[in-house]
Amino acid sequence: MTTTATSADPHARNANIEARRRAMALIARARLDELARPIAKGWPAHGARDLKPVESGLVMLRGRVGGDGQPFNLGEATVTRAVVELPTGERGFAHILGRDGERARLAAIADALWQRQDARAAVEATILAPVGQRLAADEAKARAETAATRVDFFTLVRGEDDA
Amino acid sequence: MTALAFVDPVFESQAVFRCVMEAMARPGTIVSCGEALAPPAPLAPAGAAALLTLADFETPLWIAPSFPEAVGDYLTFHTGAPRAAAPDRAAFALVDLAADGLTLARFAQGDPEYPDRSTTVVAQAAALGQGERFSLAGPGIRGEAALAFAPSPADFVDQWAANRAGFPLGVDLVLTAGARLAALPRATAIAREAR
Repeated sequence: MTTTATSADPHARNANIEARRRAMALIARARLDELARPIAKGWPAHGARDLKPVESGLVMLRGRVGGDGQPFNLGEATVTRAVVELPTGERGFAHILGRDGERARLAAIADALWQRQDARAAVEATILAPVGQRLAADEAKARAETAATRVDFFTLVRGEDDA
Repeated sequence: MTALAFVDPVFESQAVFRCVMEAMARPGTIVSCGEALAPPAPLAPAGAAALLTLADFETPLWIAPSFPEAVGDYLTFHTGAPRAAAPDRAAFALVDLAADGLTLARFAQGDPEYPDRSTTVVAQAAALGQGERFSLAGPGIRGEAALAFAPSPADFVDQWAANRAGFPLGVDLVLTAGARLAALPRATAIAREAR
């Protein structure tokens, strides 16, 4: 385990973890071109090397009925993992759904770059923000499509009113 | 910079597993493994290969304090194995015979229902095949076999007799030097070879 500079303040530390989680979640859902283009443009000489070979494997997905039922094993999903290290020492990790090794590797590089103080703002602007916007748009579209099929039932006439 | 482990984890770890199994099945046999690895010093390639192959997130690993933190970082990063708080809690232990000596009784001995819950000690020697010679007998050995390693603890034969007295409990020992490896399972009887 690497000993990273830990902040004495636990709140600041939790905030850091939360920020990294948010970044990694967005990176993991980025498409190949959403990672490849900004990285090739912004950091053509990132010099990242694989610490572990990119590997595909299975993870068990757990589900709950209605969000509060008993957890059960829903099925397995293919995930691909990449671990890279920048010449400056930051380690980037990525787990993505599917078998696209190149995308996993780029996602790990993006995660490593995000940890670099001098690159974080650029990663936020060129990778995370566009992905976030696309995901929000996708979700809004799905909501709109679902909303269009919604049927509201209401009672026009109750039988006993005629009596 | 973090040192790399297996380039092809599936096939390389299978090959190392076969080697370790061969060494365990025929005590006294010296096998070669881990030649391609470059673990952080002073961890020897054979010991690194064995631990990278055998240890995982379910096997607490205890590393003797003589090893620098870089060795622990390397093994935990690549295997995901948690670090055991004490040697008697470890599934695997790494010790250096020259720097730490060897005290078999301090490791987990297993319990009667689950004798497999004992520690497998990976002990790094300076040399295998030379040094003090011990004669071996027991399962996997036709007649008698011999194994030499250096440095060997002065009371090794007595310690091993005590380890074997608790059978089926007891620790298993994997000896490494460079990219060579030999194993002494708990069933093996060891005697100092007459000179």
